[in-house]
Amino acid sequence: MAAPHFELSAILPSLPYLLKTGLAFTLTLTALAAVMGLALGTLLAMARLSPIKLIAWPAAVYVNVMRSVPLLLVIFWFYFLMPYMGAWVLGASSPVQVGAFKSAVITFTLFEAAYFCEIVRAGIQSVPKGQVAAGMALGMEHGQLMRSVVLPQAFRNMMPALLTRIIMLFQDTSLVYVLSLTDFLGAASKIGQRDGRLPEMYIFVALVYLAICFAASRGTAYLARRHRHSH
Amino acid sequence: MNYDWSWSVFLDPSLDGTRSYLQMLFVGVGWTLTLAACAWTIALLLGSLIGTLRCVSHKPLKFIATVYVEVFRNIPLLVQLFLCYFVLPEFLPSSMSTALKQLPHPWGAFCLAVLAMGCYGAARLAETLRAGIESLPRGQMLAARAMGLTEYQAYRHIILPEAFRIILPPMTSELMGTIKYSSVALTIGLLELTGQARSMADFSFHIFEAFCAATIGYLLINGAVSQGMRMLERHVAVPGLIGAAPKDAV
Repeated sequence: MAAPHFELSAILPSLPYLLKTGLAFTLTLTALAAVMGLALGTLLAMARLSPIKLIAWPAAVYVNVMRSVPLLLVIFWFYFLMPYMGAWVLGASSPVQVGAFKSAVITFTLFEAAYFCEIVRAGIQSVPKGQVAAGMALGMEHGQLMRSVVLPQAFRNMMPALLTRIIMLFQDTSLVYVLSLTDFLGAASKIGQRDGRLPEMYIFVALVYLAICFAASRGTAYLARRHRHSH
Repeated sequence: MNYDWSWSVFLDPSLDGTRSYLQMLFVGVGWTLTLAACAWTIALLLGSLIGTLRCVSHKPLKFIATVYVEVFRNIPLLVQLFLCYFVLPEFLPSSMSTALKQLPHPWGAFCLAVLAMGCYGAARLAETLRAGIESLPRGQMLAARAMGLTEYQAYRHIILPEAFRIILPPMTSELMGTIKYSSVALTIGLLELTGQARSMADFSFHIFEAFCAATIGYLLINGAVSQGMRMLERHVAVPGLIGAAPKDAV
């Protein structure tokens, strides 16, 4: 039946490493990608809603392509592309070393922006037309109208969807495993391989992810309920 | 930049000497589609059951279904895959895990990947179905029960046929999600499309040609799936709903 030496206590000595190095990495990557991805996603959403075709069209292509390919492929793409892009930006003649962490942050930002864009777009479209008309009647500029009338309402409406997406992002960051980065899963794999304790490690990782994501999704559901009742 | 573009690299023989890189990529497409189809079948069957159980009035069944969904939705797919690949065989009866290990490469990895992706997909599909069932007017269930149908019959003949037709659009994106997520199988040695592109990049040094080909492959697969599902949607649209095609409107 069960493996003879199966004991969860075997992970105790490496717990500080797992949490301080691994989980901290995962949380940092999630936070950076969420903030920057949301900023870029909002710009993309406004571009997609623009009446000017030349702005709306490239944004739509970008979003649809990003959403059609697997995250793993995008991770590989940018990991190899980044040195060339770096050289192009800096005007260097040979590829520039970017580093796996920076590469991961940029990859997740650009990838998540496509998903955030669609959420923000739906949020903006959920704002009643009368709000825009009222703002314009008050003599607001387009930018002013977006900033102080449309976006605040849109963000409130899309909060649950955004938070759900960020929980997905938190889970998806585990895919940096393929770049041999030391995220939570990567740290556990390294320790597990060193100590011959892979099963214990993976069960522990699963339990921690479960606890964090379960709590976060409960919180999101609570916010969504409160938001519905306030209407 | 000093990158040497060459599209003819696809016709060069790959590492196994007999097939070209292009043929290897097609092998990858085959694995991607097979994996997604098998996982999707499991997800559809199991997810329908779990999603329905989340809505029924029987408290213990409802609780079990809720626990299932929360567990499988809140653990990253990659971690679930590793649990299947590294941990599950330790708990299986030894005859079964030996049989699994003796399967020719990469069928062992394939079976476990189908299992992991099927269970993960089932949780996601169950949530989609639950949202569909909850979006139906309460009167549907009440009317069915008033006519003397049991709860099982009401779900079987009234609620589920309606709910499935409503959730076709989100189901389409779940199906495309399954195709995309099948790429995680490369971490346990099953070289589907992304994996083949990665290994082609490693051996031919034509990194970007390989990734371009894989990207185009996924775009084509996605286009075909969404086109097919749109046809299905039109075919089964519920008459009278906003989403229904005009010809069905009464």
